[in-house]
Amino acid sequence: MTRWRTSKDTIIGSLLLAGLVLFIAAPLIGVLLWAFAEQWRAPALLPTQWGFKFWHALLARADVQNSLPLSLILATIVTALSAVLCLPAAYAFARTEFPGRRLMLLSAITVHAFPRFPLYVSIALIFLSLGLIGTAPAVVMVQLVFSMLYLIWIPTAAFRGVDRRLEEAARDVGASQLTVLLRITLPQVAPAIGAGLLLTFMNAFYEVEGALLVGIPEIRTLPIVMLSLITGQVIVQYGAVLSVMLWVPSLVVLIFARKLFDSRTFAAGLSV
Amino acid sequence: MATLSLQSVTRRFGPVAAVDDVSLDVATGEFVCLLGPSGCGKSTALRLVGGFEDPDAGDILIDGASTVAIPPNRRATGMVFQSHALWSHMTVFGNIAFGLKLRRLPGAVVRRKVGDALDLLGLGGLEKRYPRQLSGGQQQRVALARSLVLEPKILLLDEPFSALDAHLRVRLREELRVIQRRLAQTTVFVTHDQEEALTLADRIVIMNFGRIEQVGTPAAVYDHPETVFVADFIGAMNRNPARLEAGALLAGPWRLAAKDPQAYSTGDLDLAVRPEDIELVEPAADVDAVGRIEQVIDLGPMRQAQIVCGDGGRVKVQLARQIPIGSGETVGLRLHRALVYRNGVRPVEIRPHQDALGAVLPFRRSHGFYQTESALAQ
Repeated sequence: MTRWRTSKDTIIGSLLLAGLVLFIAAPLIGVLLWAFAEQWRAPALLPTQWGFKFWHALLARADVQNSLPLSLILATIVTALSAVLCLPAAYAFARTEFPGRRLMLLSAITVHAFPRFPLYVSIALIFLSLGLIGTAPAVVMVQLVFSMLYLIWIPTAAFRGVDRRLEEAARDVGASQLTVLLRITLPQVAPAIGAGLLLTFMNAFYEVEGALLVGIPEIRTLPIVMLSLITGQVIVQYGAVLSVMLWVPSLVVLIFARKLFDSRTFAAGLSV
Repeated sequence: MATLSLQSVTRRFGPVAAVDDVSLDVATGEFVCLLGPSGCGKSTALRLVGGFEDPDAGDILIDGASTVAIPPNRRATGMVFQSHALWSHMTVFGNIAFGLKLRRLPGAVVRRKVGDALDLLGLGGLEKRYPRQLSGGQQQRVALARSLVLEPKILLLDEPFSALDAHLRVRLREELRVIQRRLAQTTVFVTHDQEEALTLADRIVIMNFGRIEQVGTPAAVYDHPETVFVADFIGAMNRNPARLEAGALLAGPWRLAAKDPQAYSTGDLDLAVRPEDIELVEPAADVDAVGRIEQVIDLGPMRQAQIVCGDGGRVKVQLARQIPIGSGETVGLRLHRALVYRNGVRPVEIRPHQDALGAVLPFRRSHGFYQTESALAQ
């Protein structure tokens, strides 16, 4: 009796789980199938002809060839600049009291509190008068402003979360203040900083609207190319192949993040 | 070989003096406990010695030399924190070796010293573990090893065992005492647990509101609490406001002959009586108070009777296990020893029945007394 019920519960649970997985994964599977479909006629459940034809076609395009390294370089620059600017600020926010501290901390999030597009437009107007439209620095600046949140808020919370007694204990056994920062505090917040870096990189890598408004026509990142391919020519496979290509960095990030999400520091970092 | 001396040390936080004009001398190899309720300034006093707070006034000497200008990383003190404060990104070995490596000792010396410290604390074989892989007791042992390995002149412990369960706490403090004796390690230990202080300390420093109330051996602070605060804080105590009236000392249920009234003739008086200094007898004419037993609490080795006296005042009396007595009985109370405080300080000891008894022998009982209340009424 008990065994029967257990197996029934197990079956129901498995079905629910399978349904959930299908719900989440179905669009992904669809895109994946489309990326390798040379021909997919309406009633068929699976592509009628498999192949790499659209991969070859897409990778042969100059705009795609240029945009992938460009996107990677721009995202790396944005991440590095954000780290240089934000990490010292995060330490200051966490460890010092100064007038306007809370206001400044909130200012990092305010750009996310308004509809973004008008902000992009007003930034684009300023850049236009400065002659920055269509340059890489313009794209970097726009993406920097909108991703500073990650490397300010998460590390600030993480620095706050470090038990001051860990630092005092290190001072007690003979560490200078610099040694404490380098050998105790930074290793303690490393997972949170890592998470912030990854989020910043991903945000910059996938960002479309800002880059579109201030970057074109000269600066065409991979997501912009994908957008133009999808909107310009109705070839589903181009979009699908580019999606799969864009997954690669997020897949890498997820693999890294698995370790980070386990750590308590990261959890503390998110509970601002 | 190291002595510690606090000289009129004051530390203020805003308008509050967390440590207020504290002076204390600790001898080489001595184990001193700072004891008091939370917020009494004991932890601040310890942090002042460790260099984590700067005194607003006064001086702190280690081996006779002022240390207040020396930052904590160059002070000859070692601190063990309540939260053990182990570095979670380092192994046990890494934690213990960290201070040695900062001193740029050769690797072989570091390994030998860490090995010795691990052996001393019974941590052998755990050096590759991370702090989260250790039990609470092991974590605190590592924290202790981390401090001891640097051979500090003064070992400072800030409630190191208060987060542990009761059995472990007792075991660790016994181990600590053995190690401290073997190393002749001058030690200052902060606790709010009087039992811990009484069992560990050579001398106890009882603090309240940033000031020292009393310094003394465990026996001295228990037998002769110098202030009303200490009397209430250490052990159980029956305390009542007292007044002199026609040659008698009246305090709560007590009515005592004042043999030496000059000693406590003026000021606000308090009478303090330990539960073990009261004897239960038949409610005859020569007793010091009469009451009815409200309840008897079993404390393990002892029992304690709560007695309600005529005016509603309650008295705690310690009973030996074997005394057959229960709630509801009417009893007489004989008081063998009490302390009379004037304005809360400088107690005078009185022994109302010393003439009759010679020496005070609690629980000595020859006459069969314990009838029930109904039997007494007949």
